[in-house]
This record gives sequence, C-alpha cells and structure tokens, in this order.
Amino acid sequence: MKILVCISHVPDTTSKINFTDGGSKFDTNGVQFVINPNDEFGLTRSMWFKEKQGASVTVVNVGGPETEPTLRKALAIGADAAIRVNTEAIDGFAVSKQLAKVIRDGGFDLIIAGRESIDYNGGMVPGMIAELTNANFVNNCISLEIDGTNATVIREIDGGKETVTTTLPLVVGGQKGIVQESDLRIPNMRGIMMARQKPLTVVDSVETPTETSSIKFEKPQPKGAVTLVDPDNLDELINLLHNEAKVI
Amino acid sequence: MLEILNINKIMSVLVYTESENGKFKKTAFEVVSYAKAVANQLGTTVTAISINTNDASELGNYGADKVLNVNSSQLETFNAKAYSSAIQQAVEKENAKVVIISSSADSKYLAPILAIGLNAGYASNVIEAPSNTNPFTVKRTAFTNKAFNNTTINTDIKLVGVSNNSFGLIENSSAASTEGFSPSIPEIGVHVDSVDKASDKVSIADAEIVVSAGRGLKGPENWGMIEELASVLGAATACSKPVSDLGWRPHGEHVGQTGKPVASNLYIAIGISGAIQHLAGINASKVKVVINTDPEAPFFKAADYGVVGDAFEVVPNLIEKLKAFKAQQ
Repeated sequence: MKILVCISHVPDTTSKINFTDGGSKFDTNGVQFVINPNDEFGLTRSMWFKEKQGASVTVVNVGGPETEPTLRKALAIGADAAIRVNTEAIDGFAVSKQLAKVIRDGGFDLIIAGRESIDYNGGMVPGMIAELTNANFVNNCISLEIDGTNATVIREIDGGKETVTTTLPLVVGGQKGIVQESDLRIPNMRGIMMARQKPLTVVDSVETPTETSSIKFEKPQPKGAVTLVDPDNLDELINLLHNEAKVI
Repeated sequence: MLEILNINKIMSVLVYTESENGKFKKTAFEVVSYAKAVANQLGTTVTAISINTNDASELGNYGADKVLNVNSSQLETFNAKAYSSAIQQAVEKENAKVVIISSSADSKYLAPILAIGLNAGYASNVIEAPSNTNPFTVKRTAFTNKAFNNTTINTDIKLVGVSNNSFGLIENSSAASTEGFSPSIPEIGVHVDSVDKASDKVSIADAEIVVSAGRGLKGPENWGMIEELASVLGAATACSKPVSDLGWRPHGEHVGQTGKPVASNLYIAIGISGAIQHLAGINASKVKVVINTDPEAPFFKAADYGVVGDAFEVVPNLIEKLKAFKAQQ
C-alpha cells in the first residue's frame, strides 16, 4: 500500500495572528509553524499501517522552501519520503490541482489529509483531490482500517457517527479519533538524524486557474470586558441573558 | 432557438436545503434567507433543491420562489457523491451562477466534490451577504475565528458555504412553487453500513444553546447537573478536550480546535479554564457565559458574562432559577 499524507504548514495555535501589507498578507514574524494538527493525526495513523501492514508513507506539502522544516519533522516522525511542490498555496483548489498530479504520478492508493487546516479552515482539499483523481472519499474520519483493497471507515456526523465501507484508491479527511491525542509521536534523536538522510524531492508546480483570490484580512473588533454576576444573584444572570443578550 | 431561450432564462440562485427524516433543518431556512439576499442583489429569484422532504413549500417563508423536490429511495441515506451529483444537475437545469450551501458536516463533505464538478470557485465559512457581486466578494472566517478574510470568487459559477448561525433567519414570504425533479444517481463507491446517532438529543451543530463543562467538574459522575441544565435550556452538551481525553465524556462532545466547532447563540462554559485551543473552537458563538472558581481563568477575557463561583453550588442554583423563569414564560 502506497500512502500519501498531505501536510499543511500552519502557525501554531498559540501564535499571535497579525497581518502586514495593508492587511493582505499574514505576518509570519515571530510565528512558529507546525504540522497541521488534523494532518498529524493522519500521519500517526499511517505509521501504524507502515509498521503493521508494510505500507510505504510519503508526505507532501504545497509551498515554498520555508515549509521544509515541517516536512523534515514528518520524516522524523517516521515517513519514508517527502515531496514539496514548489509554489505558493493560493487556495484550496490550486493546492488540490498540485496534489492531484503528485497522486497520479506517484500511484498512491491511500491519501490521508486533515479535514481542514487550522489557518484557512477551508476544508476543501480532501474532497477536491478525491474528485480530481477519481478516488473514493470519506470525510471527518475518526477510525480507519484497511484490509487488502477494502476500507472500513467511521465518519463523525452531526450528532453521532456512521460506519462506511469502501475501496482503494481512497482519500480520507482525517481528524482526532483516527488516532488519539496520546498516540501522537514526538520525534526522537534517532528519528531526527534519520530524517536528514531521507529523500525530500522538490517538484515544479502545474499551471492552475485562480478560482478565488484573498483580498484582505481583518481582525475582529476587540471584545468588551466581561460582565460579572454575583453567584448569589443568579436571577440577574437570567435577566441579562433574557433582556440584554436575548438568547434565552 | 435553444440558445436564445438559454440567454433569456433568468439565472436564479440555487440553494441546497438540508433535511432530516423529511423535515428541514434550521440551517435550511438560514441558507434560503442568505440565497434570497444574494438574489435581491443580483435581481433574480431563488430556486431551492430539497431531497426527500414532506412539505417543501415551507421554504417560501424565507424567500424561495421555486423548489425542486427530489424523492428518491436511492438518496435515503446521505452520500456525498450522490447528493453532490443531484445538486449539480439542479444547477445545470436552472443555469444557476451562484450556489449556496450550509456548513453542516454533510454540506462540507459534498461541497468540494460539487465545486470540482461545476468548475466553481468555492468559499467556505462565509458569514455575511456578498459585499459586492462584481467581483463577487464574500467575507469568511479564517485562522479559526481569529480573523476574517475577504475573498473574491473569480469563476463563472460561484459556490458559497454559509457559516451556521451567522446570517440568521429572515422571513420573506414568497409563494414557492414546487416541481418534481428526478436527477440520475451515479454509481457510488462509499456505502453506509450503520449509523449511530442519539435521536433524542440536540446535536452540537444544530443547537441554539450549548452547555459545556471541563475538568473543574472533577469526575464523570458529576455530569448529572450539566445534563439537567442542558435539558432545562433545550441545549446540547459539550466538553473540553481534557475531559474527552480522560474518557469522562464521549469524543463526539469535545469542542475546540481539534474537536467540533460551535457557533451557537449561547455557550455556557462550566469549569473550563479557556485554553486558546478551546476558545478557537467556540469563538463563533454569539454570547459566552463562564462559570469558574478561578477569577484569573483566561475564559473570563473571552466571555460576555461571568460568575466567579463553585460550579457545584452555582449550577444547581441556576437550574432552580431557570426552571422558575421558564415556568413564567
């Protein structure tokens, strides 16, 4: 089984979110970048397939050279090889077009991507690459088992979960549950040393139409101070929620 | 002759209205309200597509002019590929240039497939009506609700995913005409074996009010009062990440960055300190209340209303007072 894990290079959750150039660009100054958490759950699951079922695992990112430390981290966690498609990630569609080419060229039969990245939150890439490569697609995957070319997947739905069966080639949109938080692996020194020897291939991008364009970022208005209510005066809280906030 | 007819045909805004067991979800009315606002901007009408619903005319109350009503046993359970194909055929039939969907788990699942099928640029998590229709510009959330992004959609057909509970319901009485529609259903590669869904509980995605609790509750045996508070308010229950990691509550209740997103009208956090990952997931909620013993808990900075106090005293007390309040309503 040839697995491709799509890795988004995103600001760490605790980063300060600021913009430069009149609000048109994300300010990377002082920001630490990490593997997108939803992708890291999928990467960790792919390690299980590698160790138990002999799968090969390649990681891929669409982005500039600055994303390579994130790919090296994925190699240190245990991926066999990395690919970077050398272009700016403009929108979900453009990234998907690049990834679709990598999938076709590499003959991957299981593709794991996070359900969404924590920066743009678009949630587009897994479904788009499935459609572009004619693969089956299951989103919000919280459990994934592969037996030969058959897959059993549990998908989180609004208010519950659903068990589905499908076949490879398959794209899953992964999230917490595909492995647990406690299963995540911190790269050890040996992994980090080995990662330096593993192939990181840079490939050229293909031309894509610009379907959507980011024009300007804005930050929300600063929030007013909290209104504190005395625990002995909860009628006041009910009054505020009913008459002021009008939510009950 | 055919070509002339096509040019003269009004390009209505097409909206996919979700339902469950034959009844529309609240998000269906919200996306129709949104579609109506866009149609007004473009000087056109709203066509809705509904799948296996009992009374499609209800959509007229929010501005639908026409409903394409699909009744198909093949579409009884949700399948992203099949549903996407049905919507695509409706878009093509109506020659629609703007397509509106919700941000439910199912709509977010089918949207990328639909976008590729239609060659449509897709903007998700949109929170307002377009600020401009040429270029078509929408405002969406980014960085997990820590920022907004204004995006133009440059393609001929535009697909807009509306963030749940962002636009609201706007009554717009139209008399919706209903028309049967029978799309062809493609062969599908993903088959549903079983569905595990609590039918008696409000889901976090559909809830107006969410009552959420954290490690401050000290153990799973103390969730009785949380369930009771939720039941008095008709709310869904949720929890913080440590609580689901500890196995006190099911993973499906975990809200936050790596859990479920919440965009309710009211979010009540009990014994949750307010880690940045938690706040990222619940920020889209309109009004936030925090109950915590520690006045320094970061949640107080994010909340609209706060009570500094012991949950084991405040919550039972609040339940009694709310019961009395509800009895008077």
